[in-house]
Amino acid sequence: MVTITGLDLKNPTILAAGIMGTTGASLVHVAKEGAGAVVTKSIGPAPEKGHPNPSMVRLECGFLNAMGLPNPSYKDFIKELEIAKNETSVPVIASIFGGSADEFVRVAEGLSHAKPDAFELNLSCPHAEGYGAMIGSDPHKVQQITSAVCNNVDVPVWVKLTPNVTDIVAIGKAAASGGADAVVAINTVRAMAIDIASGYPILGNRFGGLSGPAIKPIAVKCVYDLYAALDIPVIGVGGISTWQDAVEMMMAGASAVQVGSAVFEGLDVFGSISSGIDSFLTEKGYGGVEDIIGLAHGMV
Amino acid sequence: MRPVNALITKIVKESPSIRTFFFDASFDSATPGQFVMVWVRGVDEIPMTLSYKNAITVQKVGDATSRLFELGEGDSVGIRGPSGKGFTLPGKGDRILVVAGGVGAAPLAPLAECAEGAGAEVTTILGARNADELVFKNRFSGTGILHITTDDGSEGRKGFVTDALRELDLPAYDRIYTCGPEVMMARVFDILQDAGALERSEFSLHRYFKCGIGVCGACCMDPSGLRVCKDGPVFNGTQLVGSEFGKYKRSASGQRVGI
Ligand SMILES: Cc1cc2nc3c(=O)[nH]c(=O)nc-3n(C[C@H](O)[C@H](O)[C@H](O)COP(=O)(O)OP(=O)(O)OC[C@H]3O[C@@H](n4cnc5c(N)ncnc54)[C@H](O)[C@@H]3O)c2cc1C
Ligand SMILES: Cc1cc2nc3c(=O)[nH]c(=O)nc-3n(C[C@H](O)[C@H](O)[C@H](O)COP(=O)(O)O)c2cc1C
Repeated sequence: MVTITGLDLKNPTILAAGIMGTTGASLVHVAKEGAGAVVTKSIGPAPEKGHPNPSMVRLECGFLNAMGLPNPSYKDFIKELEIAKNETSVPVIASIFGGSADEFVRVAEGLSHAKPDAFELNLSCPHAEGYGAMIGSDPHKVQQITSAVCNNVDVPVWVKLTPNVTDIVAIGKAAASGGADAVVAINTVRAMAIDIASGYPILGNRFGGLSGPAIKPIAVKCVYDLYAALDIPVIGVGGISTWQDAVEMMMAGASAVQVGSAVFEGLDVFGSISSGIDSFLTEKGYGGVEDIIGLAHGMV
Repeated sequence: MRPVNALITKIVKESPSIRTFFFDASFDSATPGQFVMVWVRGVDEIPMTLSYKNAITVQKVGDATSRLFELGEGDSVGIRGPSGKGFTLPGKGDRILVVAGGVGAAPLAPLAECAEGAGAEVTTILGARNADELVFKNRFSGTGILHITTDDGSEGRKGFVTDALRELDLPAYDRIYTCGPEVMMARVFDILQDAGALERSEFSLHRYFKCGIGVCGACCMDPSGLRVCKDGPVFNGTQLVGSEFGKYKRSASGQRVGI
């Protein structure tokens, strides 16, 4: 059992935003497969069909995607969130996005009817014009949006950060001073792939974000720095597919981990990571995950 | 995997709106019912079943398929796959029934051929709007008994595939396979359910594919949450009981739209 921002998780693995999170049934499916909590697809103010395909491609070192924040709008998503809430016992976190503080608040208030356990603010999508990282790289906007949402909802607020900035700690501090209950790091790393047979960029959007194994060391460093600088919990995400990856991320300072691209290999990834962490803790004689969170910081 | 460059080597006109595109690349590991993502560069990437190991059979319906129809021999597309779960192949001596509507014949013709090759006894019901739109008539008749239906009666029996289906002795078949427009498959589903034959049936479904590799969740079915691109596109009839099948699907944004 792990408690983060007041939410009780039966294990520290969380489904990452945008992965099998478009429908209530899908979130329920992942929860049944063993995730300790689930985060929805990022939901916005209006229906959006996303970028043209190809929208996700597996590369030699990871995955490249530019979905373009497809979502049915918060109005249509309320019933999906209700399904997820009613049919699972794990916490359900609503990921939301908007182009301004007002839009974030409108989406959060709309979805509040379905009683999500927390909100995760997507201030980090690297390929949506006017959204995500476009505002998430400006500390002033991050603080303003975080505090606007915190003032209008009565559940914990997590802020998801982009690694595509010079100093992620400055953004993390802005989120914390806006009232964030936790930060989530990292979203995908700006990237591109080109089809050499034709010269076309492979993604319909031409460029997108890298996830999977290639970005794990980047995520570990971001989590390490955020843990050292902030007093709120850090949730680690980026390239986690095994219990060893999760333990490493926790030693860097993550209170829990999110898993995204690794569902490609199978939904049993949540169960295998959490049981692997448990065996590791027992074998090493640790009392619980709290004994390894941030452990690397003392090793100098 | 990155898209593989596939050169179009031959184009066959199957009907006024349906063409088969043969490639220089062959997907020999593919089983009937599996699909590939076809990247029409600069336009879109769309799912298509393999109608041969080295070909897709396409109905022109919108942007990407129209652009594909403008391509000629020597042009190329990008292909990823094969992916997904195909049909369960019958064994020697099995009696199977294939129910194909329109371009739904694309995954079923290779299945019928494969089944016949394995020693199964194949019966097919092939339906279309009119005689011109009947796809793979010769491929099906080459594998066993073929019943034809057309909406306007221009060939075979006038009516729908379901009219022919109702008259067959369903308990006599070990496996029943279907693909076609969802309204048609929903009627087939009802008939098979009434006949207690769902357990022996397989349906090839269409949903909007976004990532196409089982990660994003755009094609998940209610209420199981199964992914059509990874857990399907072929499902056993019993997996569809009480589901969204025949009722609604989702648009690219994830909004529900009626069938
Ligand atoms: C597993 C599978 C196998 C298929 N096999 C064949 C086949 O062998 N032959 C054939 O002619 N068609 C097949 N289809 C349908 C084919 O994918 C669509 O007709 C095609 O995507 C239309 O693209 P468009 O740009 O021309 O049309 P658009 O104008 O984009 O849309 C027309 C309709 O096509 C469908 N569509 C569009 N994009 C997608 C997408 N990314 N995923 C799924 N559906 C989409 C939607 O229902 C849409 O309403 C298959 C679909 C699936 C899911
Ligand atoms: C297909 C896909 C869609 C994603 N959609 C979202 C999203 O809607 N909101 C968000 O905050 N992050 C989104 N992400 C980012 C992931 O949540 C995660 O931060 C990133 O993929 C790194 O983790 P991973 O390596 O485990 O995939 C998406 C990632 C992928 C691969």
